[in-house]
Amino acid sequence: MEMNQYLEVFIEESKDHLQNCNAQMLELEKNPADIKIVNEIFRSAHTLKGMSATMGYEDLASLTHNMENVLDDIRNEKLSVTTAVMDALFSAVDDLEDMIASIASGGDGKKDVSRSLSMLEAIQNGESASDAVPQTTSSIHYDEFERTVIEQSLEQGYKAYELTVSLREDCLLKAARVYMVFEVLEKIGEVVKSSPAVDQLEEENFDQQFCVTFASKEDKEFIEKSVMKVSEVDLAKAEEVNFELVENQPSQDAEEEAAVAQVVAEVPEENKEKDIQKAVSNKTIRVNIDRLDVLMNLFEELVIDRGRLEQISKELNHGELNETVERMSRISGDLQSIILTMRMVPVETVFNRFPRMIRQLARDLDKQINLDISGQDTELDRTVIDEIGDPLVHLLRNAIDHGVESPAERKNKGKTEEGTIQLRAYHSGNHVFIEIEDDGAGISKDKVLNKALSKGIVSQEQAKSMTDSQIFELIMASGFSTADTISDISGRGVGLDVVKTTIESLGGSITIHSTEGKGSVFSVQLPLTLSIISVMLVEVEEEKFAIPLSSIIETAIVKNDEILHAHNQRVIDFRGKVVPLVFLNEVFDVNKNVDEDIHSVIIVRKGEKLAGLVVDSFIGQQEVVLKSLGDYLGDVFAISGATILGDGQVALIVDCNALIQ
Amino acid sequence: MTNQENNLKVIVFQLVNKEYAVPVQNVQSIEKIMHITRVPGVPAYVRGVVNLRGVVTPIIDLRKRFSLEDGTENEHTRIIIITVDGLDVGLIVDSANDVLDLPEDSIEPQPNVVGSIETDFINGVAKIDRRLLILLQLDKVLENAA
Repeated sequence: MEMNQYLEVFIEESKDHLQNCNAQMLELEKNPADIKIVNEIFRSAHTLKGMSATMGYEDLASLTHNMENVLDDIRNEKLSVTTAVMDALFSAVDDLEDMIASIASGGDGKKDVSRSLSMLEAIQNGESASDAVPQTTSSIHYDEFERTVIEQSLEQGYKAYELTVSLREDCLLKAARVYMVFEVLEKIGEVVKSSPAVDQLEEENFDQQFCVTFASKEDKEFIEKSVMKVSEVDLAKAEEVNFELVENQPSQDAEEEAAVAQVVAEVPEENKEKDIQKAVSNKTIRVNIDRLDVLMNLFEELVIDRGRLEQISKELNHGELNETVERMSRISGDLQSIILTMRMVPVETVFNRFPRMIRQLARDLDKQINLDISGQDTELDRTVIDEIGDPLVHLLRNAIDHGVESPAERKNKGKTEEGTIQLRAYHSGNHVFIEIEDDGAGISKDKVLNKALSKGIVSQEQAKSMTDSQIFELIMASGFSTADTISDISGRGVGLDVVKTTIESLGGSITIHSTEGKGSVFSVQLPLTLSIISVMLVEVEEEKFAIPLSSIIETAIVKNDEILHAHNQRVIDFRGKVVPLVFLNEVFDVNKNVDEDIHSVIIVRKGEKLAGLVVDSFIGQQEVVLKSLGDYLGDVFAISGATILGDGQVALIVDCNALIQ
Repeated sequence: MTNQENNLKVIVFQLVNKEYAVPVQNVQSIEKIMHITRVPGVPAYVRGVVNLRGVVTPIIDLRKRFSLEDGTENEHTRIIIITVDGLDVGLIVDSANDVLDLPEDSIEPQPNVVGSIETDFINGVAKIDRRLLILLQLDKVLENAA
């Protein structure tokens, strides 16, 4: 499967999460008792685990899983935060960073993480981390090719060795030493494999130790001695590869391969479809979204000029000029729609990575799952697309882990053995909905309630008056998980909590419908586009206006007798400056019934100039989506655009610059 | 459009006591009356803007546009969203009641009578049974807004 297009997203997100981990861990060292920080690290680690598992970076996933275990113990107060614990965590994060860096530079993200792993495991087992000795990697995994090579060399009278080489801790040029070791080895035999991989070794992506599998006719002692001759090598230890081990592996792998083959056989059509899609899909380039914003801004200015030009050409009534202006208007209209749609991306880019994940998970959990995706061409703002991936991964994992039952269980219940998960996206009104529906066990209300009660999330009294959907929503509360066993996939009660916060931060919402025994639907509602600006909403009589926060300096209350008159204009003395007042009800022809003697004033600025906008009341600060009033109305005085409020009404955005002369 | 090429499919709506028709391909949707946000500083016949499924759409009061008497809105009042040259605009009408196929030969050029301002916006009239439908020239209706 083509994963390259997600790689960059994955790398960026991973870096963010790791940075967050680092920052939070430093914080944790300062406040070891703060569980909130542990939760924060936990979430980052959890997301990272999910992402890396999806992308197929097993080493990353397993290391983060171990990190999680330790963090979980800290959270449940089974473990206290000591230096040893922090060291282990930091070491793990360092390893993770190295791996991500390796992936970013085109590597495979593999790294010998045994040291960090053993440290983490040791902590979990209640030992002090300092006792954890780096384990010698004795069982390296060989792929088929490497096995064949080893087997062939064995047949030809070579001996296969696993050679563990440790460099001195103060070794400066590790890569050079590695090179020298390899050179020695190449003289006396043939290197089959190294762990970490050669390119990792060249980049010094290892601690002090690395392991080489190689075939040679020489005996163990000779090899060890030869390698020891390289300076700064601390220790070289050769072990003959256990022939049986190598022989045993194929059968195990064969099984795996058979399973893979089976899965592959199940989806040939899908793959075919993919190939066709790939052929059709257009070439793309990545553009920084900031640049798109700049482009949009520039274009808006162009539109204003266009309006002016149209006016002039009409006044002059010059044939050729008219023609040119009309032509320009048409072209700029096209341009506008292109710019507006440029930020929109089909959800397909997110959905595409799910089939693989589902297949993998279904196999891991021994479940049969059919993923049904529809509406992948629904378009969403790029910003939303970037954010929505993680939450959906969580929801899908949940659906598979907790929703769909095992084939045997399903058979007992009279369902088909294969569970179905439907992933739908569609437009509705002002929003895009993404729904994940499974035909699994559904959510047990009693179980959820009992759990919530035992965790102290709700009280008995509250529980009695809760509606079904309120109860279902409890599963998204922090620290809640109904799964009895913690699995690799889900069940720690962080996932849904993160899902909810992420979606809400995007201005969306999530609702759950479920029938016990029949299945559940998780419905995510998202806003269509996200050209967000922060505004202050104000009221003038019944009408609401939005004033961009960027031009507001502060708000004030002014009494009638504080208003002065100068040059036919009402002004106030604001912190020693004379500030002219602009009555919005007059500018916008709002019928005003009563004249109050106290005015709410918003001080706005244009460059060095100030003005006080007089309104009736402040509603509050809000982030709103900027929308144009449309071509038809063109340029309206002192209105820069419109936005849609939570109640579906349109509020106009005040152009403060136009109000300041 | 239809099997008979010479037919013109139109949406018929009512304003005061006359019936008007607009080509169906210009009509995007017909909406019930909703909250209209007034926009200051625009021609009087522009009632304001509405939130049409996330798109801010301007609304024209056709009575005002045709200089007819003001009416009150009731449950029959509709907003017909039309698209002309890529512009989406809503028209407030008294009621939208029909979709008709107009045979081409039933359409006659605009009668040459002076008397009402609305003649500027008329493309022709169609006689169907005993009904007289006024075909609107939508681009004229939208003209000179800004």
